[in-house]
Amino acid sequence: MKAARSGPWADRIFGLVAKGAALFTLFVLLAILASLTISAWPAITKFGLGFLTSTTWDPVKEDFGGLVMIYGTVMTSAIALLIAVPVSFGIALFLTELSPAWLKRPLGTAIELLAAVPSIVYGMWGLLVFSPVLSTYVQQPLQKAFGDVPYLGSLFSGAPVGIGILSAGIILAIMIIPFIASVMRDVFEVTPTLLKESAYGLGATTWEVVSTVVLPYTKAGVVGGIMLGLGRAIGETMAITFVIGNFNQLNSLSLFEAANSITSALANEFAEAGEGLHQGALMYLGLVLFFITFVVLSLSKILLAQLQKNEGAKT
Amino acid sequence: MSAAATDAREAKYARRKFVNRVAIALAMAAMAFGLFWLFWILFETVRLGVEGLTLDTLTQMTPPPNDPGGLANAIYGSFLMVMLATFVGTPIGIMAGIYLAEFDTKGWLAVVTRFVNDILLSAPSIVIGLFVYAVVVSRFKSFSGWAGVIALALIVIPVVIRTTENMLQLVPAGLREAAYALGAPKWKVILSITLKAARAGVVTGVMLAVARVAGETAPLLFTALNNQFWTSSLTEPMASLPVTIFKFAMSPYENWQKLAWAGVFLITMAVLGLNILARILTRNKI
Repeated sequence: MKAARSGPWADRIFGLVAKGAALFTLFVLLAILASLTISAWPAITKFGLGFLTSTTWDPVKEDFGGLVMIYGTVMTSAIALLIAVPVSFGIALFLTELSPAWLKRPLGTAIELLAAVPSIVYGMWGLLVFSPVLSTYVQQPLQKAFGDVPYLGSLFSGAPVGIGILSAGIILAIMIIPFIASVMRDVFEVTPTLLKESAYGLGATTWEVVSTVVLPYTKAGVVGGIMLGLGRAIGETMAITFVIGNFNQLNSLSLFEAANSITSALANEFAEAGEGLHQGALMYLGLVLFFITFVVLSLSKILLAQLQKNEGAKT
Repeated sequence: MSAAATDAREAKYARRKFVNRVAIALAMAAMAFGLFWLFWILFETVRLGVEGLTLDTLTQMTPPPNDPGGLANAIYGSFLMVMLATFVGTPIGIMAGIYLAEFDTKGWLAVVTRFVNDILLSAPSIVIGLFVYAVVVSRFKSFSGWAGVIALALIVIPVVIRTTENMLQLVPAGLREAAYALGAPKWKVILSITLKAARAGVVTGVMLAVARVAGETAPLLFTALNNQFWTSSLTEPMASLPVTIFKFAMSPYENWQKLAWAGVFLITMAVLGLNILARILTRNKI
């Protein structure tokens, strides 16, 4: 009966180890926050919140401000969402309502594989294959068509070399489509079949069912999915570093101009940054990045959880 | 019914049908748009990757610009760091997954852990790199293979936690109850009944985690850094395939770019292969 007697002890130890592993995850999050804050502290005390609105980035004079990078991150993510949201919605609609059953699985897997491709592959492909194509077939015609239009033309000014905010935004869009599309597909699938069939029974078209039954039912989940994609876009590093051009400027708001994002600045400068204020400023940027993604991803999580709660209430 | 009313109804019906057709066409176009990128990227990767791939790629060290060479030290470095990170991260991930699924499914710690874990799952990996730099590299004043291992392990953990928890929850409660009824202690029930029943799923989670970290570049940039030479010492900077690709692809040298394409080909095939294998393993479960 030795095993039975050792049971409670072994159980307690096993339980403690499991609990320790769970606590470790929390500890990691807190440790990340704490260590970033401590490392960024010299920069935080020196520049304060003015860091977020200053466009100077001068390692020689040790004067740093993050607005250029923050602008790059916000702009590229905005372009990415603009493209990715409608496309993902279309893909989810196709997979849930239109696709024949035998195609659903392979097509869904193909889209999910797009998420599995490492970001360095997107980056290299973007720099060496995609940006020349973008330059010839998109940027130059756009510049020819709108280059002389006031205001609008300034969006398309600069050398159309295929590197800059626009190409970074497009590649980000391709990278986040699978995340948004698979969340949308999953939430579309939780819509009770009864609701959909009732609408079809009343003579509604596929589009009417999706826009007036499925979409209102899954609103929170859809926004949650978009937030998840946004979180991914903001934190994406390698693909952006390849194609954004890594140039600190905010004089021209052109989408064709090379720029910098928080992540690309970190990837390029951190290993060579001297100890002290330069590193502190980069850590500050990292902290800002982590804070933004934390908020966006928390929102996403809360919205998606809300949908699950509703689902539970109705069944 | 008057003719006018019939006409109006028909017109409305025609419009509804038209809108529906447009929506369906756009949805199909969106699907094609998504697939188009996948095939374009894969096509270029294979075309340019196979071109640069020779036996030397696997056996020679990374060369200086314009010299012949291969990626052997980078492949070895990647392999070593990914393997060690998996060995470090997997047990922690599985234990935390067990805690969430078996010990405490609704308590505050479980709720918070699940929330935090989902955030870590999508958090920017470059921040993990910054964290490990601050905690390990700057303390020991040296970039090292170990720092890279730690950074990768921190990315492995959330992936494993998530899949382990999900897979354990799929195990029918009757199985656990039967084992308890026979007098088995909890640790034994978990280790030899539930975990065993969910084996395929847990293994899948580990494979997905390996696939994820094998392609990670950002957390290695300022932890393991890079190394032009062969090293098996984890206390020195260590080359890895993704970081080498980054360095070579951004360079103007043709032979470096060729090697980078070969590396991209190897990584893409390995990562997609693992992903597909993982899906086949759990085909009947998810």
